[in-house]
Amino acid sequence: MIEVRDLTKRYGSTLAVDALSFDVRPGMVTGFLGPNGSGKSTTMRLILGLDAPDAGQARIGGRRYRDLRWPLREAGALLEAKAFHPGRSAHAHLRALAASNGIDRRRVDEVLDLVGLAGAARKRAGKLSLGMAQRLGIAAALLGDPPVLLLDEPVNGLDPAGIHWIRDLLRSLAGQGRAVFVSSHLISEIALLAEHLVVIGQGRLLADTSVAELSAGATSLEEAFLQLTGASTDYRGQATGFSRTTSGAWPAYRKEGSS
Amino acid sequence: MSALTGRVPAGHYRFRQVARMEWIKLRTLRSTWWALAITAAGGAVMAVAIGLNTISRSADLTNNVLAGVIPGLLLIGVLGVLVMTTEHTSGMIRATLAAIPRRPLLLAAKAGVFGAMALAVGEAAAFLAFFAGRAAFRHGISAPSLTQPGVLQAIVLAGASYCLIGLLGLGLGAIIRHTAAAIAVLVAGVFVIGMIIGAAAHGLAAYLPVFIIGNSLTATKPQSCAGAAQCVHFLSPWAGLTVLSLYAAVALAIGGWLLVRRDA
Repeated sequence: MIEVRDLTKRYGSTLAVDALSFDVRPGMVTGFLGPNGSGKSTTMRLILGLDAPDAGQARIGGRRYRDLRWPLREAGALLEAKAFHPGRSAHAHLRALAASNGIDRRRVDEVLDLVGLAGAARKRAGKLSLGMAQRLGIAAALLGDPPVLLLDEPVNGLDPAGIHWIRDLLRSLAGQGRAVFVSSHLISEIALLAEHLVVIGQGRLLADTSVAELSAGATSLEEAFLQLTGASTDYRGQATGFSRTTSGAWPAYRKEGSS
Repeated sequence: MSALTGRVPAGHYRFRQVARMEWIKLRTLRSTWWALAITAAGGAVMAVAIGLNTISRSADLTNNVLAGVIPGLLLIGVLGVLVMTTEHTSGMIRATLAAIPRRPLLLAAKAGVFGAMALAVGEAAAFLAFFAGRAAFRHGISAPSLTQPGVLQAIVLAGASYCLIGLLGLGLGAIIRHTAAAIAVLVAGVFVIGMIIGAAAHGLAAYLPVFIIGNSLTATKPQSCAGAAQCVHFLSPWAGLTVLSLYAAVALAIGGWLLVRRDA
Protein backbone atom coordinates (compact mmCIF):
# COMPACT_ATOMS: atom_id res chain seq x y z
CA MET A 1 0.00 0.00 0.00
CA ILE A 2 1.25 3.47 -0.91
CA GLU A 3 -0.05 6.49 0.99
CA VAL A 4 0.60 9.93 -0.42
CA ARG A 5 -0.32 12.91 1.76
CA ASP A 6 -0.15 16.59 0.79
CA LEU A 7 2.92 15.89 -1.32
CA THR A 8 4.33 19.13 -2.71
CA LYS A 9 7.37 19.76 -4.86
CA ARG A 10 8.58 23.03 -6.25
CA TYR A 11 11.29 23.52 -8.87
CA GLY A 12 12.27 27.15 -8.64
CA SER A 13 8.99 29.00 -9.01
CA THR A 14 7.20 26.12 -10.74
CA LEU A 15 4.91 24.01 -8.62
CA ALA A 16 5.45 20.53 -10.06
CA VAL A 17 3.39 18.65 -7.49
CA ASP A 18 0.76 20.53 -5.53
CA ALA A 19 -0.52 19.08 -2.25
CA LEU A 20 -1.22 15.68 -3.78
CA SER A 21 -2.96 13.06 -1.63
CA PHE A 22 -4.09 9.58 -2.65
CA ASP A 23 -3.72 5.91 -1.78
CA VAL A 24 -2.59 3.00 -3.92
CA ARG A 25 -4.30 -0.10 -2.56
CA PRO A 26 -3.16 -3.69 -2.70
CA GLY A 27 -4.81 -6.25 -4.95
CA MET A 28 -5.46 -3.96 -7.87
CA VAL A 29 -3.80 -1.94 -10.60
CA THR A 30 -4.09 1.78 -9.99
CA GLY A 31 -3.58 3.89 -13.07
CA PHE A 32 -1.79 7.21 -12.70
CA LEU A 33 -2.96 9.48 -15.48
CA GLY A 34 -2.14 12.95 -16.58
CA PRO A 35 -0.95 14.87 -19.61
CA ASN A 36 2.77 15.14 -20.32
CA GLY A 37 4.44 17.35 -17.77
CA SER A 38 1.63 17.02 -15.24
CA GLY A 39 3.93 15.78 -12.48
CA LYS A 40 3.56 11.99 -12.71
CA SER A 41 7.26 11.20 -12.84
CA THR A 42 8.03 13.76 -10.15
CA THR A 43 5.42 12.17 -7.90
CA MET A 44 6.99 8.76 -8.46
CA ARG A 45 10.45 10.12 -7.65
CA LEU A 46 9.09 11.71 -4.48
CA ILE A 47 7.52 8.41 -3.41
CA LEU A 48 10.88 6.69 -3.92
CA GLY A 49 12.77 9.35 -2.01
CA LEU A 50 14.88 10.26 -5.04
CA ASP A 51 13.67 13.84 -4.80
CA ALA A 52 12.91 15.49 -1.48
CA PRO A 53 9.40 16.95 -1.15
CA ASP A 54 8.96 20.57 -0.04
CA ALA A 55 5.95 19.49 2.00
CA GLY A 56 3.92 16.38 2.74
CA GLN A 57 5.10 12.81 2.59
CA ALA A 58 4.70 9.43 0.97
CA ARG A 59 4.72 6.11 2.78
CA ILE A 60 5.06 2.55 1.56
CA GLY A 61 3.66 -0.06 3.91
CA GLY A 62 3.60 2.63 6.60
CA ARG A 63 7.22 3.74 6.21
CA ARG A 64 8.98 6.46 4.32
CA TYR A 65 10.98 4.94 1.47
CA ARG A 66 14.31 5.83 3.04
CA ASP A 67 13.31 3.92 6.20
CA LEU A 68 12.58 0.67 4.35
CA ARG A 69 14.68 -2.21 5.63
CA TRP A 70 15.08 -4.04 2.31
CA PRO A 71 13.80 -1.54 -0.23
CA LEU A 72 13.82 -3.83 -3.26
CA ARG A 73 11.89 -6.49 -1.36
CA GLU A 74 9.29 -3.97 -0.23
CA ALA A 75 8.81 -1.89 -3.37
CA GLY A 76 9.90 -2.36 -6.97
CA ALA A 77 10.14 0.56 -9.34
CA LEU A 78 10.62 1.24 -13.02
CA LEU A 79 11.27 4.94 -13.49
CA GLU A 80 13.06 5.29 -16.79
CA ALA A 81 13.99 2.69 -19.34
CA LYS A 82 17.73 3.19 -19.19
CA ALA A 83 18.58 3.38 -15.50
CA PHE A 84 21.67 1.24 -15.97
CA HIS A 85 25.30 1.61 -17.05
CA PRO A 86 25.52 0.87 -20.79
CA GLY A 87 28.81 -0.99 -20.40
CA ARG A 88 27.48 -3.55 -17.94
CA SER A 89 25.47 -6.61 -18.95
CA ALA A 90 21.85 -7.00 -17.92
CA HIS A 91 22.88 -9.97 -15.81
CA ALA A 92 25.61 -8.04 -13.98
CA HIS A 93 23.27 -5.08 -13.45
CA LEU A 94 20.66 -7.27 -11.80
CA ARG A 95 23.26 -9.22 -9.83
CA ALA A 96 24.58 -5.98 -8.32
CA LEU A 97 21.09 -4.84 -7.36
CA ALA A 98 20.28 -8.28 -5.92
CA ALA A 99 23.43 -8.21 -3.78
CA SER A 100 22.46 -4.85 -2.30
CA ASN A 101 19.29 -6.27 -0.80
CA GLY A 102 20.52 -9.76 0.06
CA ILE A 103 18.49 -11.32 -2.77
CA ASP A 104 19.54 -14.77 -3.93
CA ARG A 105 21.52 -14.88 -7.21
CA ARG A 106 19.13 -17.46 -8.62
CA ARG A 107 16.41 -14.81 -8.60
CA VAL A 108 18.37 -12.89 -11.25
CA ASP A 109 17.96 -15.71 -13.78
CA GLU A 110 14.33 -16.11 -12.74
CA VAL A 111 13.41 -12.51 -13.51
CA LEU A 112 15.48 -12.50 -16.71
CA ASP A 113 13.44 -15.51 -17.86
CA LEU A 114 10.22 -13.85 -16.73
CA VAL A 115 10.78 -10.74 -18.84
CA GLY A 116 12.19 -12.68 -21.80
CA LEU A 117 15.72 -11.31 -21.61
CA ALA A 118 17.58 -14.55 -20.85
CA GLY A 119 19.04 -14.64 -24.37
CA ALA A 120 20.46 -11.11 -24.21
CA ALA A 121 21.49 -11.16 -20.55
CA ARG A 122 25.25 -11.28 -21.18
CA LYS A 123 25.36 -8.54 -23.81
CA ARG A 124 26.37 -5.00 -22.94
CA ALA A 125 23.12 -3.42 -21.80
CA GLY A 126 23.84 -0.33 -23.89
CA LYS A 127 23.15 -2.45 -26.98
CA LEU A 128 19.60 -3.27 -25.89
CA SER A 129 16.71 -1.76 -27.83
CA LEU A 130 14.31 0.53 -25.96
CA GLY A 131 11.84 -2.33 -25.60
CA MET A 132 14.53 -4.64 -24.23
CA ALA A 133 15.76 -1.90 -21.90
CA GLN A 134 12.21 -1.50 -20.65
CA ARG A 135 12.08 -5.23 -19.93
CA LEU A 136 15.33 -4.99 -18.01
CA GLY A 137 13.81 -2.19 -15.93
CA ILE A 138 10.78 -4.39 -15.23
CA ALA A 139 13.09 -7.26 -14.27
CA ALA A 140 14.83 -4.94 -11.79
CA ALA A 141 11.47 -3.90 -10.32
CA LEU A 142 10.47 -7.54 -9.84
CA LEU A 143 13.84 -8.64 -8.45
CA GLY A 144 12.87 -8.46 -4.79
CA ASP A 145 9.40 -9.97 -5.39
CA PRO A 146 7.91 -6.85 -3.74
CA PRO A 147 4.31 -6.34 -2.59
CA VAL A 148 4.31 -2.82 -4.08
CA LEU A 149 5.20 -1.92 -7.67
CA LEU A 150 5.59 1.51 -9.23
CA LEU A 151 6.00 1.71 -12.98
CA ASP A 152 6.41 4.95 -14.90
CA GLU A 153 5.14 4.56 -18.48
CA PRO A 154 6.06 0.85 -18.68
CA VAL A 155 4.63 0.31 -22.17
CA ASN A 156 7.00 2.87 -23.72
CA GLY A 157 9.03 1.23 -26.46
CA LEU A 158 7.26 -2.13 -26.24
CA ASP A 159 5.87 -3.74 -29.37
CA PRO A 160 2.22 -4.91 -29.46
CA ALA A 161 3.17 -8.35 -28.18
CA GLY A 162 5.19 -6.73 -25.40
CA ILE A 163 2.29 -4.46 -24.47
CA HIS A 164 -0.01 -7.46 -24.29
CA TRP A 165 2.54 -9.29 -22.18
CA ILE A 166 3.00 -6.49 -19.65
CA ARG A 167 -0.74 -5.99 -19.34
CA ASP A 168 -1.17 -9.64 -18.38
CA LEU A 169 1.85 -9.53 -16.11
CA LEU A 170 0.69 -6.47 -14.16
CA ARG A 171 -2.85 -7.79 -13.81
CA SER A 172 -1.57 -11.12 -12.51
CA LEU A 173 0.77 -9.34 -10.05
CA ALA A 174 -2.21 -7.35 -8.75
CA GLY A 175 -4.20 -10.57 -8.61
CA GLN A 176 -1.58 -11.96 -6.23
CA GLY A 177 -2.45 -9.15 -3.82
CA ARG A 178 0.20 -6.60 -4.77
CA ALA A 179 -0.37 -2.87 -5.03
CA VAL A 180 0.47 -1.95 -8.62
CA PHE A 181 0.81 1.72 -9.54
CA VAL A 182 1.22 2.43 -13.26
CA SER A 183 1.54 5.83 -14.86
CA SER A 184 0.62 6.65 -18.42
CA HIS A 185 -0.44 9.57 -20.52
CA LEU A 186 -2.54 7.21 -22.63
CA ILE A 187 -6.03 6.75 -21.26
CA SER A 188 -6.73 3.94 -23.74
CA GLU A 189 -3.82 1.94 -22.37
CA ILE A 190 -4.78 2.45 -18.75
CA ALA A 191 -8.43 1.63 -19.41
CA LEU A 192 -7.42 -1.92 -20.38
CA LEU A 193 -5.27 -2.36 -17.32
CA ALA A 194 -6.40 -0.46 -14.25
CA GLU A 195 -9.38 -0.75 -11.97
CA HIS A 196 -8.71 2.47 -10.16
CA LEU A 197 -7.51 5.82 -11.46
CA VAL A 198 -5.61 8.72 -10.00
CA VAL A 199 -5.73 11.63 -12.44
CA ILE A 200 -3.55 14.72 -12.09
CA GLY A 201 -3.05 17.90 -14.07
CA GLN A 202 -0.48 20.59 -13.36
CA GLY A 203 0.55 18.71 -10.25
CA ARG A 204 -2.90 18.75 -8.69
CA LEU A 205 -5.31 15.91 -8.07
CA LEU A 206 -8.17 15.97 -10.56
CA ALA A 207 -9.75 12.62 -9.82
CA ASP A 208 -9.33 9.64 -7.54
CA THR A 209 -11.95 7.22 -8.72
CA SER A 210 -12.71 3.86 -10.29
CA VAL A 211 -12.46 3.45 -14.04
CA ALA A 212 -16.13 2.52 -14.24
CA GLU A 213 -17.20 5.61 -12.39
CA LEU A 214 -15.12 8.00 -14.44
CA SER A 215 -16.43 6.65 -17.74
CA ALA A 216 -20.02 6.69 -16.47
CA GLY A 217 -20.19 10.47 -16.62
CA ALA A 218 -19.12 10.80 -20.25
CA THR A 219 -19.67 9.10 -23.58
CA SER A 220 -16.22 7.53 -23.38
CA LEU A 221 -13.38 7.26 -20.96
CA GLU A 222 -11.20 9.26 -23.28
CA GLU A 223 -13.68 12.08 -23.36
CA ALA A 224 -13.97 12.00 -19.59
CA PHE A 225 -10.18 12.26 -19.34
CA LEU A 226 -10.01 15.16 -21.77
CA GLN A 227 -12.73 16.99 -19.91
CA LEU A 228 -10.81 16.56 -16.69
CA THR A 229 -7.38 17.52 -17.87
CA GLY A 230 -8.07 19.79 -20.80
CA ALA A 231 -10.39 22.30 -19.22
CA SER A 232 -8.79 21.84 -15.81
CA THR A 233 -12.29 21.17 -14.56
CA ASP A 234 -12.25 20.32 -10.94
CA TYR A 235 -13.45 16.90 -10.07
CA ARG A 236 -14.10 15.21 -6.80
CA GLY A 237 -14.04 11.43 -6.66
CA GLN A 238 -17.28 10.65 -4.85
CA ALA A 239 -16.61 6.97 -4.44
CA THR A 240 -13.49 7.47 -2.37
CA GLY A 241 -15.05 10.12 -0.16
CA PHE A 242 -11.98 12.17 -0.77
CA SER A 243 -12.28 15.25 1.35
CA ARG A 244 -9.93 17.71 -0.27
CA THR A 245 -11.78 20.24 -2.34
CA THR A 246 -10.10 21.12 -5.54
CA SER A 247 -12.36 24.00 -6.41
CA GLY A 248 -10.92 27.41 -7.03
CA ALA A 249 -8.57 28.85 -9.53
CA TRP A 250 -5.16 27.52 -10.37
CA PRO A 251 -2.51 29.20 -8.31
CA ALA A 252 -1.63 32.20 -10.42
CA TYR A 253 1.96 32.32 -11.44
CA ARG A 254 3.19 35.49 -13.01
CA LYS A 255 6.73 36.40 -13.78
CA GLU A 256 8.04 39.60 -12.28
CA GLY A 257 7.84 42.44 -14.73
CA SER A 258 5.71 40.62 -17.28
CA SER A 259 2.46 42.23 -18.22
CA MET B 1 -0.97 -9.14 1.12
CA SER B 2 0.21 -10.52 4.43
CA ALA B 3 1.67 -13.52 2.65
CA LEU B 4 3.64 -11.18 0.44
CA THR B 5 5.02 -8.92 3.13
CA GLY B 6 5.85 -11.93 5.30
CA ARG B 7 8.73 -12.84 3.01
CA VAL B 8 10.88 -9.86 3.89
CA PRO B 9 13.67 -11.23 6.10
CA ALA B 10 14.61 -9.79 9.48
CA GLY B 11 17.17 -7.03 9.86
CA HIS B 12 18.02 -4.51 7.18
CA TYR B 13 20.67 -3.80 4.58
CA ARG B 14 24.08 -2.85 5.91
CA PHE B 15 27.52 -1.85 4.67
CA ARG B 16 28.28 -5.45 3.72
CA GLN B 17 25.42 -5.70 1.21
CA VAL B 18 26.13 -2.26 -0.26
CA ALA B 19 29.83 -3.06 -0.60
CA ARG B 20 28.97 -6.29 -2.43
CA MET B 21 26.82 -4.34 -4.86
CA GLU B 22 29.60 -1.83 -5.48
CA TRP B 23 32.19 -4.56 -5.98
CA ILE B 24 30.01 -6.29 -8.57
CA LYS B 25 29.44 -2.95 -10.32
CA LEU B 26 33.15 -2.20 -10.39
CA ARG B 27 34.38 -5.55 -11.64
CA THR B 28 31.70 -6.02 -14.30
CA LEU B 29 32.88 -3.01 -16.30
CA ARG B 30 35.60 -3.70 -18.81
CA SER B 31 36.83 -0.11 -18.53
CA THR B 32 37.83 -0.74 -14.90
CA TRP B 33 40.29 -3.45 -15.88
CA TRP B 34 41.67 -1.48 -18.80
CA ALA B 35 42.30 1.55 -16.63
CA LEU B 36 44.01 -0.53 -13.95
CA ALA B 37 46.17 -2.44 -16.43
CA ILE B 38 47.31 0.79 -18.10
CA THR B 39 47.95 2.33 -14.68
CA ALA B 40 50.32 -0.46 -13.71
CA ALA B 41 51.96 -0.79 -17.13
CA GLY B 42 52.38 3.00 -17.51
CA GLY B 43 54.20 3.23 -14.20
CA ALA B 44 56.60 0.46 -15.13
CA VAL B 45 57.34 1.92 -18.57
CA MET B 46 58.02 5.36 -17.17
CA ALA B 47 60.22 3.90 -14.42
CA VAL B 48 62.28 2.03 -17.03
CA ALA B 49 62.71 5.25 -19.02
CA ILE B 50 63.86 7.07 -15.89
CA GLY B 51 66.18 4.23 -14.94
CA LEU B 52 67.83 4.17 -18.36
CA ASN B 53 68.39 7.92 -18.29
CA THR B 54 69.67 8.27 -14.75
CA ILE B 55 73.28 9.42 -14.64
CA SER B 56 73.74 11.01 -11.24
CA ARG B 57 74.75 8.57 -8.51
CA SER B 58 74.00 11.00 -5.72
CA ALA B 59 70.30 11.37 -6.61
CA ASP B 60 67.53 9.77 -4.57
CA LEU B 61 67.25 6.87 -7.00
CA THR B 62 64.18 5.32 -5.39
CA ASN B 63 62.42 8.66 -5.56
CA ASN B 64 63.41 9.01 -9.21
CA VAL B 65 62.00 5.72 -10.43
CA LEU B 66 58.85 6.16 -8.37
CA ALA B 67 58.10 9.27 -10.44
CA GLY B 68 56.68 6.58 -12.75
CA VAL B 69 53.54 6.60 -10.62
CA ILE B 70 52.50 10.06 -11.85
CA PRO B 71 50.66 9.07 -15.10
CA GLY B 72 48.99 6.21 -13.25
CA LEU B 73 47.73 8.62 -10.61
CA LEU B 74 45.93 10.54 -13.31
CA LEU B 75 44.25 7.37 -14.58
CA ILE B 76 43.16 6.12 -11.20
CA GLY B 77 41.89 9.59 -10.28
CA VAL B 78 39.82 9.62 -13.47
CA LEU B 79 38.55 6.13 -12.67
CA GLY B 80 37.47 7.44 -9.25
CA VAL B 81 35.61 10.29 -10.92
CA LEU B 82 33.90 7.86 -13.31
CA VAL B 83 32.76 5.53 -10.51
CA MET B 84 30.50 8.35 -9.36
CA THR B 85 29.73 10.40 -12.48
CA THR B 86 28.68 7.48 -14.67
CA GLU B 87 25.97 6.73 -12.10
CA HIS B 88 24.56 10.17 -12.81
CA THR B 89 25.13 10.33 -16.56
CA SER B 90 23.65 6.87 -17.20
CA GLY B 91 20.65 7.17 -14.87
CA MET B 92 21.98 4.22 -12.86
CA ILE B 93 21.97 6.42 -9.75
CA ARG B 94 18.17 6.10 -9.59
CA ALA B 95 18.34 2.31 -9.60
CA THR B 96 21.15 2.45 -7.04
CA LEU B 97 19.32 4.82 -4.70
CA ALA B 98 16.09 2.85 -5.03
CA ALA B 99 18.05 -0.17 -3.79
CA ILE B 100 20.00 1.79 -1.15
CA PRO B 101 18.19 4.96 -0.06
CA ARG B 102 20.70 5.71 2.72
CA ARG B 103 23.04 7.86 0.67
CA PRO B 104 25.94 8.33 3.10
CA LEU B 105 26.14 4.54 3.45
CA LEU B 106 26.20 4.24 -0.34
CA LEU B 107 29.10 6.67 -0.73
CA ALA B 108 30.96 5.03 2.16
CA ALA B 109 30.63 1.63 0.48
CA LYS B 110 31.74 3.05 -2.87
CA ALA B 111 34.77 4.66 -1.21
CA GLY B 112 35.55 1.49 0.73
CA VAL B 113 35.39 -0.82 -2.27
CA PHE B 114 37.06 1.48 -4.78
CA GLY B 115 39.64 2.62 -2.23
CA ALA B 116 40.59 -0.98 -1.38
CA MET B 117 40.93 -1.86 -5.04
CA ALA B 118 42.96 1.28 -5.81
CA LEU B 119 45.24 0.51 -2.87
CA ALA B 120 45.85 -3.07 -3.98
CA VAL B 121 46.51 -2.06 -7.58
CA GLY B 122 48.52 0.97 -6.47
CA GLU B 123 50.84 -1.11 -4.29
CA ALA B 124 51.33 -3.60 -7.11
CA ALA B 125 52.04 -0.76 -9.55
CA ALA B 126 54.49 0.94 -7.19
CA PHE B 127 56.49 -2.24 -6.59
CA LEU B 128 56.39 -3.03 -10.30
CA ALA B 129 57.68 0.47 -11.12
CA PHE B 130 60.44 0.18 -8.51
CA PHE B 131 61.72 -3.16 -9.74
CA ALA B 132 61.35 -2.24 -13.41
CA GLY B 133 63.21 1.04 -12.92
CA ARG B 134 65.83 -0.63 -10.76
CA ALA B 135 66.56 -3.21 -13.45
CA ALA B 136 67.04 -0.47 -16.02
CA PHE B 137 69.83 1.45 -14.30
CA ARG B 138 72.96 1.80 -16.39
CA HIS B 139 76.09 3.96 -16.12
CA GLY B 140 77.47 1.78 -13.34
CA ILE B 141 74.82 2.92 -10.88
CA SER B 142 74.22 0.51 -8.05
CA ALA B 143 70.48 0.15 -7.76
CA PRO B 144 68.73 0.74 -4.43
CA SER B 145 67.43 -2.31 -2.59
CA LEU B 146 64.40 -2.79 -0.38
CA THR B 147 66.57 -3.14 2.71
CA GLN B 148 68.07 0.33 2.43
CA PRO B 149 66.58 2.91 4.79
CA GLY B 150 63.37 4.51 3.59
CA VAL B 151 63.10 2.54 0.36
CA LEU B 152 60.33 0.15 1.34
CA GLN B 153 58.41 2.99 2.99
CA ALA B 154 58.70 5.13 -0.14
CA ILE B 155 57.29 2.34 -2.33
CA VAL B 156 54.44 1.54 0.05
CA LEU B 157 53.47 5.21 0.33
CA ALA B 158 53.65 5.62 -3.46
CA GLY B 159 51.12 2.77 -3.66
CA ALA B 160 48.94 4.46 -1.06
CA SER B 161 48.96 7.66 -3.08
CA TYR B 162 47.06 5.87 -5.87
CA CYS B 163 44.33 5.04 -3.38
CA LEU B 164 44.15 8.61 -2.06
CA ILE B 165 44.08 10.28 -5.49
CA GLY B 166 41.44 7.73 -6.55
CA LEU B 167 39.31 8.66 -3.53
CA LEU B 168 39.86 12.36 -4.23
CA GLY B 169 38.51 11.69 -7.74
CA LEU B 170 35.52 9.83 -6.30
CA GLY B 171 34.77 12.75 -3.98
CA LEU B 172 35.08 15.26 -6.81
CA GLY B 173 32.77 13.10 -8.91
CA ALA B 174 30.18 13.16 -6.12
CA ILE B 175 30.48 16.94 -5.83
CA ILE B 176 30.48 17.83 -9.53
CA ARG B 177 28.52 14.89 -11.05
CA HIS B 178 29.54 15.75 -14.64
CA THR B 179 32.39 13.62 -15.96
CA ALA B 180 34.25 16.21 -18.01
CA ALA B 181 34.01 18.97 -15.40
CA ALA B 182 35.06 16.67 -12.56
CA ILE B 183 38.05 15.37 -14.51
CA ALA B 184 39.05 18.93 -15.39
CA VAL B 185 38.99 19.93 -11.72
CA LEU B 186 40.94 16.82 -10.73
CA VAL B 187 43.64 17.36 -13.33
CA ALA B 188 43.85 21.07 -12.61
CA GLY B 189 43.94 20.55 -8.85
CA VAL B 190 46.44 17.73 -8.76
CA PHE B 191 48.71 18.55 -11.68
CA VAL B 192 48.27 21.92 -13.39
CA ILE B 193 47.85 24.22 -10.42
CA GLY B 194 50.78 22.38 -8.90
CA MET B 195 52.99 23.53 -11.75
CA ILE B 196 51.83 27.15 -11.53
CA ILE B 197 51.89 27.57 -7.77
CA GLY B 198 54.99 25.48 -7.49
CA ALA B 199 56.79 28.05 -9.60
CA ALA B 200 55.18 31.09 -8.04
CA ALA B 201 54.57 30.47 -4.36
CA HIS B 202 57.05 28.21 -2.65
CA GLY B 203 55.27 28.28 0.67
CA LEU B 204 52.18 26.58 -0.73
CA ALA B 205 53.96 24.12 -2.99
CA ALA B 206 54.65 21.69 -0.17
CA TYR B 207 50.91 21.19 0.28
CA LEU B 208 50.06 20.41 -3.35
CA PRO B 209 49.18 16.77 -4.09
CA VAL B 210 51.72 16.27 -6.83
CA PHE B 211 54.55 17.63 -4.65
CA ILE B 212 53.41 15.70 -1.62
CA ILE B 213 53.60 12.51 -3.66
CA GLY B 214 56.81 13.41 -5.47
CA ASN B 215 58.76 14.99 -2.65
CA SER B 216 57.29 13.74 0.62
CA LEU B 217 55.83 10.26 0.21
CA THR B 218 58.40 8.83 -2.15
CA ALA B 219 61.52 10.51 -0.74
CA THR B 220 64.00 8.25 1.00
CA LYS B 221 66.00 11.08 2.51
CA PRO B 222 64.99 14.56 3.63
CA GLN B 223 65.87 17.29 1.18
CA SER B 224 68.29 19.80 2.57
CA CYS B 225 67.61 23.49 2.30
CA ALA B 226 70.96 24.56 3.67
CA GLY B 227 72.15 27.70 1.97
CA ALA B 228 69.38 27.93 -0.62
CA ALA B 229 67.51 31.23 -0.82
CA GLN B 230 64.37 29.89 -2.44
CA CYS B 231 63.74 26.43 -1.09
CA VAL B 232 60.52 24.56 -0.47
CA HIS B 233 60.34 22.89 2.91
CA PHE B 234 58.58 19.69 1.87
CA LEU B 235 56.50 17.79 4.38
CA SER B 236 57.78 14.63 5.99
CA PRO B 237 56.39 11.43 4.44
CA TRP B 238 53.85 10.90 7.20
CA ALA B 239 52.77 14.54 7.33
CA GLY B 240 52.38 14.38 3.54
CA LEU B 241 50.26 11.25 3.83
CA THR B 242 48.07 12.96 6.42
CA VAL B 243 47.53 16.06 4.26
CA LEU B 244 46.73 13.97 1.18
CA SER B 245 44.29 11.84 3.20
CA LEU B 246 42.69 15.02 4.43
CA TYR B 247 42.11 16.24 0.87
CA ALA B 248 40.40 12.96 -0.06
CA ALA B 249 38.36 12.99 3.16
CA VAL B 250 37.19 16.57 2.65
CA ALA B 251 36.18 15.89 -0.98
CA LEU B 252 34.26 12.76 0.09
CA ALA B 253 32.60 14.56 3.01
CA ILE B 254 31.41 17.44 0.80
CA GLY B 255 30.35 14.94 -1.88
CA GLY B 256 28.40 12.93 0.68
CA TRP B 257 26.74 16.02 2.06
CA LEU B 258 25.68 17.12 -1.43
CA LEU B 259 24.52 13.60 -2.32
CA VAL B 260 22.13 13.71 0.64
CA ARG B 261 20.90 17.20 -0.12
CA ARG B 262 20.45 17.06 -3.88
CA ASP B 263 17.63 15.44 -5.83
CA ALA B 264 18.82 12.41 -7.78
